[in-house]
Amino acid sequence: MIVSRGFRGRRREGPPDRVPPGQYLTDDFPVLSAGPTPHTPLEEWTFSIHGVEEPVSWSWDEFRALPSEPVTVDIHCVTRWSKLDTVWEGVSVDTLLEAVEHDAAYALAFCDGGYTTNLPLEDLTDGKAWVAFGYDGEPLDPEHGGPARLLVPHLYFWKSAKWVRGLTLRDEDEPGFWESNGYHLRGDPWLEQRYWGD
Amino acid sequence: MAGTAVLGRLTWLSASVAGTVVETPRVKTLELDVPGWAGHRAGQHLDVRLTAEDGYQAQRSYSIASAPGDGLAVTVERLEDGEVSPYLVDEVREGDQLEVRGPIGGYFVWDGDEPAPVLLVAGGSGVVPLMAMARHRAQVGATTPMRLIYSSRSWEDVIYRDELETLGLEVVQTLTREQPPGWSGYSRRIDSELLSEVAWPASDSPRVYICGSTRFVDAAADGLIELGYDPAWIRTERFGATG
Amino acid sequence: MIGTSDLKLDGNAIGGVMLELFGFELTATPCVCAGCGAREEVARLDVYTGAGIVVRCCHCEAVMIRIVQGRGRTWLDLSGTASLQLG
Repeated sequence: MIVSRGFRGRRREGPPDRVPPGQYLTDDFPVLSAGPTPHTPLEEWTFSIHGVEEPVSWSWDEFRALPSEPVTVDIHCVTRWSKLDTVWEGVSVDTLLEAVEHDAAYALAFCDGGYTTNLPLEDLTDGKAWVAFGYDGEPLDPEHGGPARLLVPHLYFWKSAKWVRGLTLRDEDEPGFWESNGYHLRGDPWLEQRYWGD
Repeated sequence: MAGTAVLGRLTWLSASVAGTVVETPRVKTLELDVPGWAGHRAGQHLDVRLTAEDGYQAQRSYSIASAPGDGLAVTVERLEDGEVSPYLVDEVREGDQLEVRGPIGGYFVWDGDEPAPVLLVAGGSGVVPLMAMARHRAQVGATTPMRLIYSSRSWEDVIYRDELETLGLEVVQTLTREQPPGWSGYSRRIDSELLSEVAWPASDSPRVYICGSTRFVDAAADGLIELGYDPAWIRTERFGATG
Repeated sequence: MIGTSDLKLDGNAIGGVMLELFGFELTATPCVCAGCGAREEVARLDVYTGAGIVVRCCHCEAVMIRIVQGRGRTWLDLSGTASLQLG
């Protein structure tokens, strides 16, 4: 291994109780994407829950009429950057799930552009997840997933699916876009669950 | 693990910096000495890998600036907030060690063995692989007509400014942000009108190489297609904005 | 702020990864999209960097190739590519 004299990279160390293993702190908000930014007009946007006897769907206005809350959380990307104290506004997934009867164990989030990601219901409930429509006091930028994205900060940020349009509830775990190609099914940054077999 | 380790040994080579050339306030050329380097074609790039003392690694791609017959050199632009480019431009000295992989690319290459006239369109540091093509043409004494349309922010940002006048190719510059006093050249971003004035006519069936940011490349390619260029004649290479 | 259009690169950007995986150059290799049947050299495809690398057809935007690299392994999904013309 050749070490390049004086090269450090852009990393900042951070308090170990806030920065998971293998991560470094960043002050910017890198934009990563699996495809072109979708631009669904708000009049056509819906969020829906499927995989239940009586699926439900909210239009944008109906969604925005739901109780929402400010959320300040740390986020961790599997590409190794972490950003502390990010400020969002969103509707708790608990609020959305209250609208359906279900006994599902898993969910598959689906999005404009075709991206999907899978999560156990346990990781979406009890105040752990939101559908976020605001970031840093402004409407969520399309580049960062606007009009709305899933926000699940306790897992690696690929689970916080951009341009989310709904959840399909399931009895079994079905790997999503990245989970079917090398990334870990669950993705807990504190256990460094980045890849298959971790 | 063993399989990948073997692949790694096959592709990453140790490189030492044999010299550096300041091209502009933001841009530097690194001349590299790489034992085992197999040579390259004009237009190709290589990957550079840097390892910090604690094992942290970062990797970026850089276009090769030198002609195939002229050793190995890359030209790097320092990107604001970049992780690798500020190190390569501001910190690296003769004798320093890096790792490189390549040469890479079989599409965005020009070998000089076809008669079609060549149009090179460069946005900022996109000029680097095109300069390798221009240097190659000069070095082998090719008579293929070659024209470079080169967009830069200002006169100070024009890379290889003096050498461009010595290579026997037609160069059309546009300076989009700031022009020196008395400037009579173009001063706007490349558009189809500018291209209609300086590009080869479509009836010449030219070969085109466009390099720069995605926005620059897409605008230039669209502009040429509007002039009747066949998309199949146009080869493009898009640079990222992360450095 | 980087515009989204600047995030999209082309297949030249995965030349190094492909060289590492296959041992030979692939950017000039024509490949067929399993979605729409379009045939283009790898260098002409759209490349996005998310958690991993996503290569999309430049005509229909369907995913042709996915690449994830970590802990010494590479996961390569070519299911969106119907065929490659090698040699």
